[in-house]
Amino acid sequence: MAFLDLTNLEKTFGANRVVKDFNLGIDKGEFVSLLGPSGCGKTTVLRMVAGFETPTSGSIRIDGQDVTDQRTNQRAIGMMFQAYALFPNMTVADNVAFGLKVKGISRAEREARVAEMLRLIGLPDLATRFPFQLSGGQQQRVALARALAPRPRVLLLDEPLSALDAKVRVSLRNEIRVIQRELGITTIFVTHDQEEAMSISDRIVVMNGGIAEQAGAPFEIYNNPRTRFVAGFVGTLNMFTATVESQQDGLLTVAGQRVLLPKGPITARDGDTVTLALRPEAIRLGRAEGREVVMPATIDEVHFLGSVIRVRARVAGTVVALDTFNRPDQPPPPVGSAAEISFAASDVILLPE
Amino acid sequence: MTRIVAWAAVLLGCLYFLLPLAGMTEFSLKMRRGVYSFDAYVKVFEDPTFWATFGYSLTLAAATIVFGVLLVVPTAYWVRLKLPQARPVVEFITLLPLVIPAIVIVFGYIRLYNTSSFLPLTGSAFGTDILLTMGYATLALPYMYRAVDTGLRTIDVATLTEAAQSLGAGWFTILARIILPNVLVAVLSGAFLTLAIVIGEFTMAALLNRPAFGPFMQLLGANRAYEPPALAVIAFTITWVCMGLIQLVTRFSKHERAKA
Ligand SMILES: Nc1ncnc2c1ncn2[C@@H]1O[C@H](COP(=O)(O)OP(=O)(O)O)[C@@H](O)[C@H]1O
Ligand SMILES: [Mg+2]
Repeated sequence: MAFLDLTNLEKTFGANRVVKDFNLGIDKGEFVSLLGPSGCGKTTVLRMVAGFETPTSGSIRIDGQDVTDQRTNQRAIGMMFQAYALFPNMTVADNVAFGLKVKGISRAEREARVAEMLRLIGLPDLATRFPFQLSGGQQQRVALARALAPRPRVLLLDEPLSALDAKVRVSLRNEIRVIQRELGITTIFVTHDQEEAMSISDRIVVMNGGIAEQAGAPFEIYNNPRTRFVAGFVGTLNMFTATVESQQDGLLTVAGQRVLLPKGPITARDGDTVTLALRPEAIRLGRAEGREVVMPATIDEVHFLGSVIRVRARVAGTVVALDTFNRPDQPPPPVGSAAEISFAASDVILLPE
Repeated sequence: MTRIVAWAAVLLGCLYFLLPLAGMTEFSLKMRRGVYSFDAYVKVFEDPTFWATFGYSLTLAAATIVFGVLLVVPTAYWVRLKLPQARPVVEFITLLPLVIPAIVIVFGYIRLYNTSSFLPLTGSAFGTDILLTMGYATLALPYMYRAVDTGLRTIDVATLTEAAQSLGAGWFTILARIILPNVLVAVLSGAFLTLAIVIGEFTMAALLNRPAFGPFMQLLGANRAYEPPALAVIAFTITWVCMGLIQLVTRFSKHERAKA
């Protein structure tokens, strides 16, 4: 049994079923992200784990103990909110010490722990500051220290980075991950940002309309999306309409080009129309070794991003995005020019209908 | 041209307000024939009844403030947190004391809590004091509630509450350590308003027959010539000091924030 177990969780607000038959087991020390578009029920799941919402049905177990009916303040969880959750009347040190004080921990022990936490978040000199004297990033670090100080069993983070500017967001998310690893604390991280989720998670649960569509490591989710929604939500996808030539052999045609899927038989019937998808990095400009499918294209846009060049090209009536690495000896193609693209059939993701 | 008219209007308003005050102050200084003196003030301050009634009203004001804070802060907090749809109703209730005259309230009290009732509060001095404190709290309710509610608007009540709960805090800790300190400035301005109301209140104290400052002023006014205006000036000063303190407290807290 996992350390944190969510079993058949359901939540309805009035007639609105917001979370549907949600199941998730999280191992001790694991970092799991709930990823999905706004309104899909991520926060509601997290708030049920925290005890702010009571599940309509289902159960929550932490470390083998059923906490479904426990109040928040009995659950020993740590929580970090989107923003503005520090106590404005207290200094940084008092904020971090709050949970320890509530627990009745002695003054000496409290001070030691606060100093330790402030060192952990890299702000040892700000103990006497008030929240309004801190930047957004500093405030969120203090909020993290405050949540971790009483040694919670589970750490819950609800889009803690979304109010910060892009640079701080990236550095702080890495810092959160480093601290989480160091303490080995079981963590649920809610975000609608797929890049954020992929870069720091052990495992991602992609949610849609209150349902967990797929759970898996970022690599797994990105490369083997099980549903059309997951494929579209995680990363960028180029989609082509294809016709099944031979269901038995896994042979398709796309705009007259033959694509022989290496995995063999597929579930569709001969003559059916199916959608196949390709990641931008799976498509190459020009011909290349091992990329047997070649299609003519027209260059629409070229975005030079530094190490990566993102090209939009029109292929068989649709616009595809493809990424190539920058090479000093190979300038990007001019806009409007004719070109060829190529990809390997083994990189094709066949989307379920 | 419009500027001159505007200034004239302001001046006229000031005169309308200040002339009676100046006249009263001037009169209060004329107890000794032919010269200005503070004789009337000395008389007032020498009167032990002044100190007794003033002390009594001050004590009741303190009790009223404590009771008001204990009643209003949790109520306003709860309404904001859990019953936002009930806010108009609660606001209406807190405004009732402005509409219902104190005399109606106090007659209601006397009818409900007389010596032959189920709770004979008027039977003892202490019981009557409790009744009077409740009455004062009712009169101060519109101001206290508004002040606290405005204070609560400046903080994210729901998030702070949930943050505290996630750190293991119960309701009492949340109210005492997080909510109250964050609305302290608002509570203080409510408290000074309460003090000003209680010091000058006449109807309730007189009808409940308690030795408060208001009835003392009335008694003095009915029997003396120079002391009543002196007393009025003193009462005005107290009220204005209260107002000044409200300003100061608000200004101070803003200044603290601005320093960041
Ligand atoms: N307290 C509530 N009362 C009614 N509906 C709610 C409440 N909380 C959330 N919802 C609804 O539940 C759905 C999911 O919300 P939420 O879990 O916050 O989504 P997310 O965090 O994924 O953006 C939304 O449609 C929202 O309107
Ligand atoms: Mg949310």
